[in-house]
Amino acid sequence: MNLTLPHFIALLPLLITGATAILVMLLIAWQRIHRIAYLASLLGLVLALLSLIPALEVAPLEITTLMRVDRLGLFYSALVLIATLACVTLAHAYLGRKPGEGGFPGNREELYLLMLLSASGAIVLVTSQHLASLFIGLELLSVPVYGLVGYAFFHRQSLEAALKYLVLSAAGSAFLLFGMALLYAEAGSLEFIGIGLSMGTFGSAPLVEVGIAMLLVGLGFKLSLVPFHLWTPDVYQGAPAPVAAFLATTSKIAVFAVVLRLYQMSPATYGGWLTPVLSVIAIASILIGNLLALNQSNLKRLLGYSSIAHFGYLLIALIATDGLATEAVAVYLAAYLLSTLGAFGVVSLMSSPFKGRDADALFEYRGLFWRRPYLTAVLTVMMLSLAGIPLTSGFIGKFYVLIAGVQAQLWTLVIVLVVGSAIGLYYYLRVMVTLYLVEPGMKRRDPPINWPQRAGGIMLLAIAVLSFVLGVYPQPLLVLAQAAGF
Amino acid sequence: MTLPWLILIPFLGGLLCWLAERFGQALPRWIALAAMGLLLALGLWLWTQGDYSLAPHPGDPQAWALELRYPWIARLGIDLHLALDGLSLLMVVLTGLLGVLSVLCSWSEIQHHVGFFHLNLLWILGGVVGVFLAMDLFLFFFFWEMMLVPMYFLIALWGHSQTSRKTRITAATKFFIYTQASGLLMLIAILGLVLVHYLNTGRVTFDYAQLLVTDMPPGTEYLLMLGFFVAFAVKFPIVPFHSWLPDAHAQAPTAGSVDLAGILLKTAAYGMIRFALPLFPNASAEFAPIAMALGLIGIFYGALLSFAQSDIKRLVAYSSISHMGFVLIGIYSGSQLALQGAIVLMLAHGISAAALFILCGQLYERLHTRDMTQMGGLWKRIAWLPALSLFFAVASLGLPGTGNFIGEFLVLFGAFARQPWVVVIATTGLVLSSVYSLAMVHRAYYGPSRSDTPLAGLNAREAGMVLSLVVLLVLLGIYPQPVLDTSLASMQGVQQWLGAALSPLLSAGSAP
Repeated sequence: MNLTLPHFIALLPLLITGATAILVMLLIAWQRIHRIAYLASLLGLVLALLSLIPALEVAPLEITTLMRVDRLGLFYSALVLIATLACVTLAHAYLGRKPGEGGFPGNREELYLLMLLSASGAIVLVTSQHLASLFIGLELLSVPVYGLVGYAFFHRQSLEAALKYLVLSAAGSAFLLFGMALLYAEAGSLEFIGIGLSMGTFGSAPLVEVGIAMLLVGLGFKLSLVPFHLWTPDVYQGAPAPVAAFLATTSKIAVFAVVLRLYQMSPATYGGWLTPVLSVIAIASILIGNLLALNQSNLKRLLGYSSIAHFGYLLIALIATDGLATEAVAVYLAAYLLSTLGAFGVVSLMSSPFKGRDADALFEYRGLFWRRPYLTAVLTVMMLSLAGIPLTSGFIGKFYVLIAGVQAQLWTLVIVLVVGSAIGLYYYLRVMVTLYLVEPGMKRRDPPINWPQRAGGIMLLAIAVLSFVLGVYPQPLLVLAQAAGF
Repeated sequence: MTLPWLILIPFLGGLLCWLAERFGQALPRWIALAAMGLLLALGLWLWTQGDYSLAPHPGDPQAWALELRYPWIARLGIDLHLALDGLSLLMVVLTGLLGVLSVLCSWSEIQHHVGFFHLNLLWILGGVVGVFLAMDLFLFFFFWEMMLVPMYFLIALWGHSQTSRKTRITAATKFFIYTQASGLLMLIAILGLVLVHYLNTGRVTFDYAQLLVTDMPPGTEYLLMLGFFVAFAVKFPIVPFHSWLPDAHAQAPTAGSVDLAGILLKTAAYGMIRFALPLFPNASAEFAPIAMALGLIGIFYGALLSFAQSDIKRLVAYSSISHMGFVLIGIYSGSQLALQGAIVLMLAHGISAAALFILCGQLYERLHTRDMTQMGGLWKRIAWLPALSLFFAVASLGLPGTGNFIGEFLVLFGAFARQPWVVVIATTGLVLSSVYSLAMVHRAYYGPSRSDTPLAGLNAREAGMVLSLVVLLVLLGIYPQPVLDTSLASMQGVQQWLGAALSPLLSAGSAP
């Protein structure tokens, strides 16, 4: 197949992100200047975001059998790029000044390089329509993350988290590969559609079922769905805060987008057992994620458990398949992106500039409101949004998932969602009220007073405002999500 | 264009209060007072201006005294639809009144973070007004949930804790989880209703008027009705779902208790009258005996537990459960008179419960305890306060001449024709209410005194608040006609919906 101009335009976001990664690498090789590496990454990501507009004009377009640039893919590319952009600004605040002047003691510039690489993997992933590109994308997404999680390698926790993530993620990938091989052996195709077609015509075979089960295991690891969730809290806790934000947003969103595409393009439901299994996974993720979060006193671990529950909610929309389901996934992921970024963003800024360990113990946030009211307001909005309370985007997301569930008449799942969010309220409220409690002799550890004037701070305020505005007037997001269908 | 202002005034006022905190403690209070005064004045002005003979009736096109509609979320057919009829108006006026009082009663009680306190207080009231005006089910739910967050803060941050700080946060969290979880059930029921309507007509809408005429199979209707009922039952509170209420009241600051008892409970009754009954008349008619039985249980359970309390605020809290039992019977009896009675009782209970909580707060400011075993003989030690407490205690037991009497009498009288047995049993509940009311007065104010040192009497602000409530309650008791006239049209509509559904059931029951 010949690649023509439209194909390149469609690939622009990926090309720009990849080129930026190379540029940053060369800049580091030339001279280590933190500011320049940072600005180059920012510029590249902004350009990549802008290039989505021309890409939209040529979509939908197939680029070989590997990739399909359509509105769905571009929507999720946008989410991924926004998440990366935010994480880059957070990382800049987190890394701080030169080693001697208080800040991150190791090399700082490579963090951006790794994030950019990972983001290009995410873009490949969300546009893939072939198991090969799925695998390439997934690995390109995950491998840099090993480095990112262990970026503060001189800390035991960070190193431990990196090793844990490396081993488990590699195991997940192995399952995925084995599953693909089995599917290929039976279906004779690696394209999503091809697999679906062959299963439609020849029915399901034991090999296919085992293959699908293995795919499920592999992808379940990446999404940290119960029972493949064990790594999540440790890795979230150990990873530096901006990296944890990256892991919770970019990586998970991209994987879920490809799962959505896989699930819808090659209807794996022929076997009949997949829906019940997914339902059980969804129920387990919602209940276990929320229950384990109840007694956490570490904010990063708590967010880790809460993200397990959130992907449980999302599975409901995935299982619903038709009607508003695709839109519900899009709206929910956008809302989840905002609230997770915001929550981790506050943790990042609290820990900025780097001072050894992150400010992730809940008691460090006690009474924060009376010292940093706006930062606290941001975290409050994020907690409410994660809990799905009106006036925040999280509510709109939950509302959409409920619509999808009710439309598909998945009553058990819908009731579990209600139970789950009732449990969830308990710990979100606990975090929230901690921010406002005043106690004598509090341990003070605050971000610099001028935090809102830094890029990370501006980004955080923008996210909070956006989350609020979309909670009050969600129409623009809904229109986008509607357009992001197949 | 007054409708959006009814909602915006509290919200903007709250923000101003927060910003004004840096200029001192007094400014936020005055801003809050002005905002609430404005809300009350606007409500009263609307009352004198409007024609409240218009209200939704079955069959007729929707008629409202005031209406406002903007498209909001076009994708899902959700409008920003506000409307006002007599029922909403009465509730808005009550909100304004209690808003003014709750600002006044926290004047000396709240001493830290005054601006943020008033932000929360005013936002609760804004959410409540929104609930009373929303005519789009999504919007209704939106406001319904929105008032929870500030209420949570009010209890968690400014509440009292007897033992440690843990208890008030526990109480606040309990309140939040109860209401939020039940609210989500209502959201599911709303979505179910919208889905049924969509399957019938092919149009997605959350509009009240359009959903009113949805045809649905009886089983579905019953289930959806239950979804609404549970949400309202938690807030009402109806007995198996009530356990958050005494805790929340016991820990809340005075203003929180006033709002909670005075208006937040009323949003549930309002929701039943406005949504649960007209949207699901047949299911509601079928459910009415159960609802009335729950009302009876509430009357007795609330009264008995109220008698057993030693904490004076918990006593008043349990008495609310008992009084709301009468409201529930009035709502489900299917008689127009009883419905009217329920409205009067809601207003009267709003006033009398608010007054009792204000008095409890004043007592607490003087004695620093709410334990009645620590009181006794207070009549000699404080001027005015005991006498006023006595008045509201006898008002809440339904003394003729007070609004509570009119309300209870109308409920019982109206329901008697159809439900004689329910009324007979409920009437005996009145005896219990005099037992606990008088027991409260006796334990706190009579008997041997613990000390002879006199305590500060009421100052002008404190006396003024309570005395104005005395006047209002007596006015409502002597001349309730304006209230009855205002709510008449709305209640007629509701009665027709429910009555039409009830009569075949009744005739089937009486036929051999």
